[in-house]
Amino acid sequence: MYRYDEFDATLVRERAAQFRSQVERRLSGDITEDQFKPLRLMNGVYLQLHAYMLRIAIPYGTLSARQMRQLARVARDYDKGYGHWTTRQNIQFNWVALKDIPDVLDLLAEVEMHAIQTSGNCIRNTTSDQFAGAAADEVEDPRPWCEIIRQWSTFHPEFSFLPRKFKIAVTAAEADRAAIRVHDIGLHMRRNADGETGFEVVVGGGQGRTPHVGVTIRDFIEKDKLLDYLEAIMRVYNRFGRRDNKYKARIKILVNETGAEEFARLVEAEFEAQKDAEKIVLPQAEIDRITAYFAPPAFEDLPANSETLDRAKSADPGFARWVQNNIRAHKQAGYGIVTVSCKPIGHPPGDTTDAQMDVVADLAETYSFDELRVTHEQNLVLPHVKLDDLYEVYQKLDAAGLATANYELISDIICCPGLDYCNLANARSIPVAQDLQKAFSDIERQEDIGELKIKISGCINACGHHHVGHIGILGVDRKGEEYYQITFGGRGDEKAAIGRIAGPGLKAEDVPPALGRVVEAYRKLRQDKSERFIDAVERLGDEPFKEALYAAD
Amino acid sequence: MPLIRLGEPKDVPHGDHYTLDTFIEMAEAGGNQSVIRLLPDDDPLRLEPYLDKLEVIEISFPKYTDGRGYSQAQLLRRRLGYRGELRAVGDVLRDQLLFMYRSGFDAFEVDRADAVEAFEAALKEYSVFNQPAADDQMGVFARRHASD
Repeated sequence: MYRYDEFDATLVRERAAQFRSQVERRLSGDITEDQFKPLRLMNGVYLQLHAYMLRIAIPYGTLSARQMRQLARVARDYDKGYGHWTTRQNIQFNWVALKDIPDVLDLLAEVEMHAIQTSGNCIRNTTSDQFAGAAADEVEDPRPWCEIIRQWSTFHPEFSFLPRKFKIAVTAAEADRAAIRVHDIGLHMRRNADGETGFEVVVGGGQGRTPHVGVTIRDFIEKDKLLDYLEAIMRVYNRFGRRDNKYKARIKILVNETGAEEFARLVEAEFEAQKDAEKIVLPQAEIDRITAYFAPPAFEDLPANSETLDRAKSADPGFARWVQNNIRAHKQAGYGIVTVSCKPIGHPPGDTTDAQMDVVADLAETYSFDELRVTHEQNLVLPHVKLDDLYEVYQKLDAAGLATANYELISDIICCPGLDYCNLANARSIPVAQDLQKAFSDIERQEDIGELKIKISGCINACGHHHVGHIGILGVDRKGEEYYQITFGGRGDEKAAIGRIAGPGLKAEDVPPALGRVVEAYRKLRQDKSERFIDAVERLGDEPFKEALYAAD
Repeated sequence: MPLIRLGEPKDVPHGDHYTLDTFIEMAEAGGNQSVIRLLPDDDPLRLEPYLDKLEVIEISFPKYTDGRGYSQAQLLRRRLGYRGELRAVGDVLRDQLLFMYRSGFDAFEVDRADAVEAFEAALKEYSVFNQPAADDQMGVFARRHASD
């Protein structure tokens, strides 16, 4: 993975020092909370319901063992012993004292981490496929380009006061695990007719109160022109994006109101007008330097099948189930990609304790070439594990409560912090997720149901990605009472679609039985087990599932 | 209000701020106005034919969160090659000064007594700049290979 050089390290140190002086000015009363707000919002510090929250960037979700241990230390020494993985592949600490944040930033800087680009109306942390560099289905590792985008967009002088926040996601695999079509810009690495890799550029996707699936404005942009093209998009957005209404300020509204074709024309015109002196110098030597950090690790030459693995699977059915559910195909024979579920039944989705972080760090170091990933679905990944080692890894994860075999199953729920933490929320979301997990806790039933993505947001801002849940759940407040709106048919993958509202909202306690009926309807209606819930909704429409949802009334 | 100026101090008439349309009308009629204030909505590219006449272009920031002025500045400096004074006016805060400077501003109206000290401190907070802009800093991608 990428390692900082003197420039990167200096920048992050200077940032930590700058923020320390800003916090000192606040604590001494030199500046008011109002004056402090724009400063802390440039640094991932939010004022939440009960305390300040610190959000730390994990660029494209990639972490080393050393970095994970440092996060564990922050959780232990400065928080209540846990952290929360976010749908942006970042981590949030909910209980850090403001006076301690400068020290936390110094600790982070020691391990090449920071809180830059995690808040404010700037270009945010770039996200990517959590299996990047390991996936069997990618054209190449997209992370060098994520890193290049990260560096280019860090403290961009022109684009730090955009109409609204701005999110860029990159994938290089046909199966889109990074949900690029619901980002402000989605980049899909592809090969052109000449065999060169470049980027399809998708613009104007997003969730929130006005969800949109992004549109392709350019089928292919060459790598060496990518940053200049992104600058053109950003300038059009910065100049013409709406600033009169916070809720209409995202680029999706500009694209929609301008029309995709006209928007594309504006971008192309701006791109063409760039003078040579305006272009970003990105020497090939620099691309090579950054790419070298993402070279594949020293994989062993192994057979595709592991007898060790087969024996362990026969001996331990729990392990066999975990392998079946949580391991995905690796590009290198004899290796597998391990998803470490942070969704044990009945726990807040995406919360991990300091001790668990240390366990995962040790496993990464010993078994996965010192690499970890954080997923936008709020799980962790050990990307490069030998099939021969899977049983040892499983046993150690199991001992730490991290071997729940539910990846992509109905209990692998995305859930925002909701009204338990967040001051934007209208409703609680964590308890709803917990009740659903309990209702569907039977793992054999979960496996029979198959892939079914439930996503829960406690307000219309959609941090829990409910718009792209196969079943989405949105908490709303109606006259002081919490209700939950159900949507069907959303998906964040390569066939991205926004879920459709089924009808009136349900009370929290009615959600698990109602979804139980929906799931039973699906099991009766599916052609066979290979037809997933989302496929059945596509074939049959929402009607039969709506009927089941409200059948008790 | 304190004004920080990095360029040559100019004896510029102060006071009248024409709209972009009025300015262009007057310039077309042979007027010699050398100062204009751009509003965030204005298209700076429309000033191209008149840049020689202009000594000061003020760019207004009604709120510090309105970042359109940064694009206006970059277009004037880098696209059109404007060399006169580019002055940030309005909600110009200490913690935005570095971004403004990098975008091509060389004059700043700052509403605080210690404006000069604040400005100097703000400029010293960073020594690494990741992207090329309208100042003379080299972007980090190029800088790493500058001696190759």
